[in-house]
Amino acid sequence: MSNSFFGPLPDPAADAGWGGEDRQPRKGFFTDTSICIGCKACEVACKEWNAVPADGMNFLGSSYDNSGALGASTWRHVKFIEQPKTLGTQDAGIAGTAVGPPASDVLNRAADSALTGDRSSLGTSNTVDLGMPLTTLPGQADGAQRTEFRWLMESDVCKHCTHAGCLDVCPTGSLFRTEFGTVVVQDDICNGCGYCVPACPFGVIDRRVGEKGVTKNEGIAQKCTLCYDRLGEGLTPACAQACPTQSIQFGDLDELRERAAARVEALHERGVPEARLYGEDPHDGVGGTGAFFLLLDEPEVYGLPPDPIVTTRDLPRMWRTAGLAALAMLAGAVAAFGTGR
Amino acid sequence: MAECHPVGFQWVMEAKLRGAKVIHIDPRFTRTSAMADMHVPLRAGSDIAFLGGIINYILEHEKYFRDYVVSYTNAATVISEQFQDTDDLDGLFSGYDPETATYDTSTWTYAGHEGEGHGSVDGGEHEVSERDRGAGHELGNRGANLADPLVQRDETLQHPRCVLQVLKRHYARYTPQLVEEVCGVSEAQFLQVCEDVTANSGRDRTTAWVYSVGWTQHTVGTQYIRGAAIIQLLLGNMGRPGGGILALRGHASIQGSTDIPTLFNLLPGYLPMPKAGIHDSFQDYLGAISSPGQKGFWTKADTYVTSFFKAWWGEAATAENDWGFEWMPRINGDHGTYQTVMDMLDDKVEGYFLLGQNPAVGSAQGRMQRLGMSHLKWLVVRDLNMIESASFWKDAPEIATGELSTEDIETEVFFFPAASHVEKEGTFTQTQRMLQWRHKAVEPPGDARSELHFFFHLGRMLRERLAGSALERDQGLLHLTWDYPTSGPHEDPSGDAVLREINGYHLTGDKAGQLLDGFADMKADGSTSGGCWIYSGVYAGGVNRAANRVPWTEQGSWIAPDWGWAWPMNRRVLYNRASADPDGRPWSERKALVWWDEDAGRWTGHDVPDFPLTKAPSYRPQEGTSGPEGLAGDDPFIMQADGKGWLYAPAGLADGPMPAHYEPHESPVRNPLYNQQANPTRKVYRRKDNPSHPSVLEQGHQVFPYVFTTYRLTEHHTAGGMSRWLPNLSELQPEFFCEVSPELARERDLQHLGYATIVTARTAIEARVLVTDRVVPLRLGDQVVHQIGLPYHWGVGGDAVVSGDSANDLFELSLDPNVLIQECKAATCDIVPGRRPTGPALLRFVEDYTTRAGITIETGNTLLTPPPEGRP
Repeated sequence: MSNSFFGPLPDPAADAGWGGEDRQPRKGFFTDTSICIGCKACEVACKEWNAVPADGMNFLGSSYDNSGALGASTWRHVKFIEQPKTLGTQDAGIAGTAVGPPASDVLNRAADSALTGDRSSLGTSNTVDLGMPLTTLPGQADGAQRTEFRWLMESDVCKHCTHAGCLDVCPTGSLFRTEFGTVVVQDDICNGCGYCVPACPFGVIDRRVGEKGVTKNEGIAQKCTLCYDRLGEGLTPACAQACPTQSIQFGDLDELRERAAARVEALHERGVPEARLYGEDPHDGVGGTGAFFLLLDEPEVYGLPPDPIVTTRDLPRMWRTAGLAALAMLAGAVAAFGTGR
Repeated sequence: MAECHPVGFQWVMEAKLRGAKVIHIDPRFTRTSAMADMHVPLRAGSDIAFLGGIINYILEHEKYFRDYVVSYTNAATVISEQFQDTDDLDGLFSGYDPETATYDTSTWTYAGHEGEGHGSVDGGEHEVSERDRGAGHELGNRGANLADPLVQRDETLQHPRCVLQVLKRHYARYTPQLVEEVCGVSEAQFLQVCEDVTANSGRDRTTAWVYSVGWTQHTVGTQYIRGAAIIQLLLGNMGRPGGGILALRGHASIQGSTDIPTLFNLLPGYLPMPKAGIHDSFQDYLGAISSPGQKGFWTKADTYVTSFFKAWWGEAATAENDWGFEWMPRINGDHGTYQTVMDMLDDKVEGYFLLGQNPAVGSAQGRMQRLGMSHLKWLVVRDLNMIESASFWKDAPEIATGELSTEDIETEVFFFPAASHVEKEGTFTQTQRMLQWRHKAVEPPGDARSELHFFFHLGRMLRERLAGSALERDQGLLHLTWDYPTSGPHEDPSGDAVLREINGYHLTGDKAGQLLDGFADMKADGSTSGGCWIYSGVYAGGVNRAANRVPWTEQGSWIAPDWGWAWPMNRRVLYNRASADPDGRPWSERKALVWWDEDAGRWTGHDVPDFPLTKAPSYRPQEGTSGPEGLAGDDPFIMQADGKGWLYAPAGLADGPMPAHYEPHESPVRNPLYNQQANPTRKVYRRKDNPSHPSVLEQGHQVFPYVFTTYRLTEHHTAGGMSRWLPNLSELQPEFFCEVSPELARERDLQHLGYATIVTARTAIEARVLVTDRVVPLRLGDQVVHQIGLPYHWGVGGDAVVSGDSANDLFELSLDPNVLIQECKAATCDIVPGRRPTGPALLRFVEDYTTRAGITIETGNTLLTPPPEGRP
């Protein structure tokens, strides 16, 4: 089959063998960060529906984010990004108002003391995740006046890639492509080998840390299922259902892509030229994602890889190369034994 | 709004998608600011200067909606020549009595009304008494009464004593420069707000103001809302679609808990609680609600009161016994929550019920709250979780300091697990006055029961105990109609039966037993009942209209009348007669809501008209006509005594007919407008256990140089009873933290992620430090004011998933004189790096501060600011 591992692939479910009556339109999320209000209802709804345990009462000091990152027990994660930059035509009311350096300077000091191992001033937390770029901030050098300000929020989630590295490397068949084109782990089949963890170009999937025999699915790889159980019943995934502003939209991927393109255009007209889509392009390194985003700046600002490439892209070539090498070795051996006769 | 009301905020986002401009005015840059077109950081407690500045801009640039203002407000009304303004008296209005710290408000009245009592809420009552019983609450759905609707008007608006000219003079000093000096908002940004708000108001456009409970929690809180009301009336934004002043409540159904009140001074439907010595007879009581000569629907109060008494006492309520008036308990002063706490401390209160309330964490002056409860004989706590108010006897902070010891606390605590909202049936009333019925989804677990179950059976048992008693005091309880049908293994009373009783019935005649269609059906002759007149109609035609749930997309009407039911009579916009011009035509097609149909001879439109249906716009009453018939065809404010919106309130307020800027009770800033520093009528408690910081005019104020304010985060709910026991919410905001600017962090050497100790004369608490650009220091002239933000969700206790020091422990108690709300959105403090001392050392640490500041019980409590020459 062409493009099974890389490149545009219109119907990954069909590619995985779904057909006939089982076929469904590909489902996905369109997460519009321009209307995310950072309420975290998605995080809570996800944990409630999927019985994902709370995973730590840690004050991270990373703006209002205390979840840290996507992982085995955080399938939706809202990021909060505070930056001295302007958002579209917004007047944040902060530029020029105050005296002194911006927070980044103070945060740098905290980061420095974290790096030097000086924990005296850092309380009990072992994590200093500042969650934002700290270099070249305006106003930092002279410390005279505040500059502009923006607070970005983004609800991150598994991308349900067209070419999913995690699925490609799974040796047990625990990870599989559903009839909706999504990627799901079967926790009763997963053996916790962990191959999928480095295979994800977004750092999404992870094995659950906990106490053996106490924590549910301890050691098992976990991530968003796009609420596979709900989809089967014709329901909307829990996060999208709970989102009060429709920042998380669920539906047929084709339709979501059209809606997203129109939204970007509208934002451009309203003076937000930075608005862009992330993950919707079937020609990108993962063949486009089932869960894609509208961002208000470069992906790096949100901690997303700018050019994600499925880690198994080179697998066919590697197998070919390895096969050729094996053949060559075999031929060499045959030749060697042959000539030695 | 995005922080505390994220579900409601979806409609702001929807409006934004359609091109609405969103301006967020808040000391901090919050999740709401992140979504707004403009964020305006201002100093906590300076809002009247800001609002006054906008009023001044509107008047100076003649941006007011003239046709609306002349016809629908009291702008043209001439006020008494006895009235003196704050500019004449350096911050006081006429009538101030320094002895009682109250106003004799009789000089504030309209010209020609002098000598009608003193223009109070209930004529004839003393101002101190009115303040102490929070009489302002009675104005929850109307203006104060006036003995006579006749007023002198000058529709050219030129008379020097007409309201518009009085306003103009009063606010002339609230210039953009002054706003910058008081609020810390730059002149340029302030003018941008003024331009945006005025450009978006008029015939074709309307602007809405949205506030949350924090706006009310000031010693001048009522006047904040009045400030917004003046702006909205001047711009013609009341009674029109997309306009109004929208109050977002602190909990679900807070609107419902004032409509059918949990307040000591109100009966359902904003009827006043009778007061001993003032309302001795039924006629005295009725006379206090409305004057027979005034305009509007309050003249029908006798029908509301009689029907209400019939709902309570049924057949036992007769004309002979004034429908049971003598059985109704009386109040004799301030029985509000804070006075009750002080009475507990003084051993005057034996028992206390806490229902879904956690005062050990959620109320100001947390230490007094906990110490007060330790004086009780018994305490009943009904809550979802074992909240700190139920466990204070073993884990209050005062146990750690040695002020309390478990062995010595004699309070017997009864904890009752409560059913949650999905485990019981009933209604929520939201901020649009809309009742929405919920069905029971699941049975409550274990011993958990609904409030209705608890009180019904408590009442049943009390009545059984008292059966046969001849004591007069027991007759009210024994004669109650207490016959709700019950069902199920736990004999759950029917919420539906309660809603029907609230709606009311015909009791006699051919309709006997039928439900009322609305309050217009109510009679004063005992032939109808109704538990809350404004809710009458919720069961019109025998249908529970609160349970209507047709999506607006299926209704063919954008106002969606078949979704829930809004009081009164399912009106979605109050005073909507004002959405049409004086001739009854919509001000514009775009903003059409209701209008006069000349051919049909009646009012019609998208909404239910809030006006007598067949009263033509041209109708003018005969002189001396009162009640609804006294309303002219262009009197849209039908619950006001003169039918007009009050730019200037000639009666009803305890602290001034117009808002004037006063500094908070505790402030590091000298009032630049007047010699009078703070609200001269605020209620203070001069007690050793309630110390205030020195005012900026006193020695020692520098000990507490910073402003702090408190607020909620999306992740938690108020004092935490519904969120800190849930791991999935607790992990999202696990620890108490303070938000500080990088400038303050540098000034006080506060480390991001480290600890800080915040100190007031009440106590010292510790919080993790979150340094953020979202907080900015404000420059006021030569002074820089630093503000510290404290979310108030955490408390000290052992049962919750997460706990921490409580921000509310930092406050003293000083109250708004109209409604007795505490000032807990602006006060002063100190902040130092590191954790606070523990044990008795904490008391010594705080005492060191109070000694350095020289604090006595008089400190900060001088209500009338002495003139400059009289100061030490």
